[in-house]
Amino acid sequence: MFGDMNHFRSNSSNWFFRTQTYKRDNAHIYLLAMIPRLSPLTPFHEQMGAKFTTFGGWKMPIRFGSIIEEHHCVRTSVGKFDVSHMGQIFLDGNDAEYLTNKLVSNNVTRLKDNQAQYAMITDHQGVILDDTLVYRNSSDSFMFIPNAGHDEEMFLRWTHFRDEWNLDVTIKNSTSEIAMFAIQGPIAVDSIEALSSDTLSDLKRFTTTVTTIAGITCTVSRTGYTGEDGFELLLSSSDAVTLWKSLNFPSCGLGSRDTLRTEMGFLLSGQDFNHQTNPRNPFEAGVDFTVDLNQDFIGRDALLGLNPEELAFNFIGFSLPGRSIPRPGSAISNEAGEQIGLVTSGTLSPTLNIPIGLGYVPPSYSSIGDPLQISIRNSLKPAMICSTPFINL
Amino acid sequence: MTFSIPPDMQYSKSHEWVLVDSNTALIGITDFAQDELGDIVFIELPSIGEILTKNQIFGLVESIKAVSDLYAPLSGTILDINPTLETEPEQVNNDPYDSGWMLKIELKDLSEIKTLLTADEYGDQTS
Repeated sequence: MFGDMNHFRSNSSNWFFRTQTYKRDNAHIYLLAMIPRLSPLTPFHEQMGAKFTTFGGWKMPIRFGSIIEEHHCVRTSVGKFDVSHMGQIFLDGNDAEYLTNKLVSNNVTRLKDNQAQYAMITDHQGVILDDTLVYRNSSDSFMFIPNAGHDEEMFLRWTHFRDEWNLDVTIKNSTSEIAMFAIQGPIAVDSIEALSSDTLSDLKRFTTTVTTIAGITCTVSRTGYTGEDGFELLLSSSDAVTLWKSLNFPSCGLGSRDTLRTEMGFLLSGQDFNHQTNPRNPFEAGVDFTVDLNQDFIGRDALLGLNPEELAFNFIGFSLPGRSIPRPGSAISNEAGEQIGLVTSGTLSPTLNIPIGLGYVPPSYSSIGDPLQISIRNSLKPAMICSTPFINL
Repeated sequence: MTFSIPPDMQYSKSHEWVLVDSNTALIGITDFAQDELGDIVFIELPSIGEILTKNQIFGLVESIKAVSDLYAPLSGTILDINPTLETEPEQVNNDPYDSGWMLKIELKDLSEIKTLLTADEYGDQTS
């Protein structure tokens, strides 16, 4: 079924894809000019009075009204997110599987058609460059979703190794041609199914199908970044406004997307790991389950040389009494006041109504219940390590 | 989007409002400011009796996404603080000019009042 993602393409002949191989997305133009990239919905969001932020080089809505209300909508019913800043790289050809498996930490050979898998993209030192979902479309056809601002980098990375290893893969960055929505919440599945001619409630987690939603052809993926059930929809940018208007659910911005994922303890690329400013390997970042060391991927040798029991840092969740919110970059100290780590994410949990955060501390301080102190505006606030997710869904 | 700017109040460029009553003044933040901040979840205010100097930082407002300093629009001694805001900071979002007030001060120098913006001038700044 994932082969139906051909609706994003106008031609499927090998010759066509050969010529497309070197057709790059226009991301580099935006990067050079420092002009924010826009979702196909940006003008519509502006009309709706959204407030915007620049994220990964994209101008995206941070909130439409109240972040807390948007958060509660997703936890209790359903909300819709425009996540068109997420990238889409398509890989087709006899070596698509081989190339992808060499460049991600997980094992994509295990993927059946129409299945998705979470994976890290690591460098030769095993440091995370980005995290991604890899989708298998068919035996020789894949797609993966890099984070905002990483699409061109990953397109070039895949192209570089394809050429270096002389592989038969056509690589296309379709980020600018595809809109992506996330429909999340306990009634998300039923709400979307009601707009489709197909039964979608039996679609398994991390699998996809192609169907029409309110008359618009979409690839529907049972995935998300909020902890709630729901779908992510991929569709042509030209249909984005029409479908968005047909989805009669509350609009939610990147602000609530961030509070929702922080409550789940999910990593945010560029923040909870960042190749330049916060280099982490998958073990430190707590995503061991995405690493298959039996596969020969770039970064494996470095990771094989690490003893997971002897990591310098562990990724942990913590909460604070009181109302002071930990912010990325704040120092984490031990009870004696010695700095031992850094906060990488923090917010007020709208569900728990307490400040929560994510960050890195040495393993000797990283047991559940261990006391920490967080530096907030020049004073040390007591905190305690919690298990993540912070909430029980 | 238009914001409420009561004509009987005066304003600072840093988005505080001032309601002068002879030698005292109530102080808060404007509708524009609360809208920019979004959901306010924590407000730190000084104590009664503290002396403020015009333009000094007197507290902070924390929203989900950001922390913003509060600047004293006038000099004076703090007579009262809004006790509700400790447990209900969202009052500043709900009603910034009334139940969301922050401080009451006794003015030190009445001549400072004329340094504030009128409602019209503040409206021009935020439009």
